[in-house]
Amino acid sequence: MADEPLLRVENLTTVFDLPGGAVPAVDDISFEIRAGETLGLVGESGSGKSVTALSIMRLVQPPGRVAGGRLLFKGRDLSTLDERDMRRVRGADIALIFQEPMTALNPVFRIGDQIAETLRVHGRASRAEAAAKAVELLDAVRIPDAAARVRDYPHQLSGGMRQRVLIAMALACQPALVIADEPTTALDVTIQAEILDLLRDMKARFRLSLLLITHDLGVIAETADRVAVMYAGRIVETGPVRALFQNPSHPYTRGLLASIPGGAPGHRLKAIEGSVPRLGALPSGCAFGPRCPDRFDLCATAPPPDYPVGADHTAKCYLYAPHSALRTPHSNASR
Amino acid sequence: MPLVDVSHLVKHFVRDAGLFRAGTRVAAVDDVSFSIHEGETFGLVGESGSGKTTTGRCMLRLIEPTSGDVRFRGENVLGFSKSRLREARREMQIVFQDPYSSLNPRMRARVIVEEPLVIHKLGDRAARRARVAELFQLVGLDRSHLDRFPHEFSGGQRQRIGLARALALNPSFLILDEPVSALDVSVQAQVVNLLMDLQQRLKLTYLFIAHDLRLVEHICGRIAVMYLGKIVEMGPAAAIFAAPQHPYTRALLSAIPVPDPDAPRHRLMLDPASVNREAALREVAAGHWAAV
Repeated sequence: MADEPLLRVENLTTVFDLPGGAVPAVDDISFEIRAGETLGLVGESGSGKSVTALSIMRLVQPPGRVAGGRLLFKGRDLSTLDERDMRRVRGADIALIFQEPMTALNPVFRIGDQIAETLRVHGRASRAEAAAKAVELLDAVRIPDAAARVRDYPHQLSGGMRQRVLIAMALACQPALVIADEPTTALDVTIQAEILDLLRDMKARFRLSLLLITHDLGVIAETADRVAVMYAGRIVETGPVRALFQNPSHPYTRGLLASIPGGAPGHRLKAIEGSVPRLGALPSGCAFGPRCPDRFDLCATAPPPDYPVGADHTAKCYLYAPHSALRTPHSNASR
Repeated sequence: MPLVDVSHLVKHFVRDAGLFRAGTRVAAVDDVSFSIHEGETFGLVGESGSGKTTTGRCMLRLIEPTSGDVRFRGENVLGFSKSRLREARREMQIVFQDPYSSLNPRMRARVIVEEPLVIHKLGDRAARRARVAELFQLVGLDRSHLDRFPHEFSGGQRQRIGLARALALNPSFLILDEPVSALDVSVQAQVVNLLMDLQQRLKLTYLFIAHDLRLVEHICGRIAVMYLGKIVEMGPAAAIFAAPQHPYTRALLSAIPVPDPDAPRHRLMLDPASVNREAALREVAAGHWAAV
């Protein structure tokens, strides 16, 4: 059991039932998060990264629904739990931090009471204990003068302070896994740096695993141990952070890294041509195919499977197919 | 003579005012001065609340400044009559951050781009039609999409429509207010390249307002860093990125996440108490000014 991952997502598929039929937002993805590690999930808007987070928490709302796959958390399949058991898991075992701290907090309750409520709902503390614990938690996330701030309402705090409150709420029941969905996107860069530092410290202090969802490769490089890159609902590359940045293998990952401003000022940036395909209008074969500078005939035939490109490092790209597979792509590509 | 010259610009907002309460005065822009030369890209950098967007809007009088001077080709924009101001806006245009909310969702793309020509009564119908098609081509949009509505375009395409509209009157000066920050990373680079191409082809001068420092370093020749309504540092981008002088600039630059897991990290925290708000800009090196 020692090397059993904390969370193993197997063949997760989440679809949206639209008038034209079921459209996959997350398409047969598999990954794992090991105890104590930070997995960075990178992707652009519409890549399915937030839907992945909601699927794990079983919070996908209609017309969306999880259409298949297993979510093994500490060996137990979350997708088989009834709503009552799932409610115990949320917050207590797995906590979620949203991007926009203003909408995630209730504007009419004091922040201390909102933290205390989390503790009481999960039976972790009595009313009096919960109030004291709330101060402790605000102190832990480095909110100055915590004893006074517990009485503040969300609008009295800055964006960075609100995000700290959300982190305190997420940590309240000492979950094993925290999912942070773009936790710093709405914040200024100096505040972002403070929040990322805080997440790193909290992770070590509370022995957490972290699923960090972001579109910013800089944030990933500073925070993640391993990385999964999503494009059009699929994980197209996954590997240890250093390997992924030193040896980006999927042409999409390479394109993303190359398009970051840098190099000689004033020169043209290396853009990825075209735009992200719409859900339901994915090209056949590799979804990145039409935008890919390295595409060849095989790419349009069927979605490529994972090919190893290094230790613990895979890419869904026919560039890495062994030669025998190139001759019989269909047998290889079938799942 | 610089193309645009802003001096001692001030904008006060009144906060928390009520029926029987005067409210408090907040200086969103607090004695800001800079000038922009023809053909250059001048970057205005800062975090939310720094006053960078308000500065840009005051320059076009989309917000009326409290005091100060904004000169365009030597003429004081703040002294213009309404009709003279409308005339001046042909030369000075703005592109907004959010291509989702800045385009009228009920108008077809061709009408959005044509509107400035109609307002300024330029050309007959056929001439306007031809000009719109030309603008579409200029910003890299397909002419077959002229009759589409904004929601039928991707974010990057919408920003191209906003740019085509801004260019309709052949301006010489564009204020670009966070023009790519709402776009996906892979699309940002396309729009940035387009902006650089257009600048060369049309001899445009840009005021580039942004919080993305990597991008600013890439495309701006000179920059000004704003903090709480004041410019705390100004000069050639290369000099400021190589040797930032003001404690706020240093903290800001050290906070940029670097897309390299092996990059050394020396994060500098800003102690607001260490900033002397009264310090005036002084020249620390040729053309490089800092309020230290």
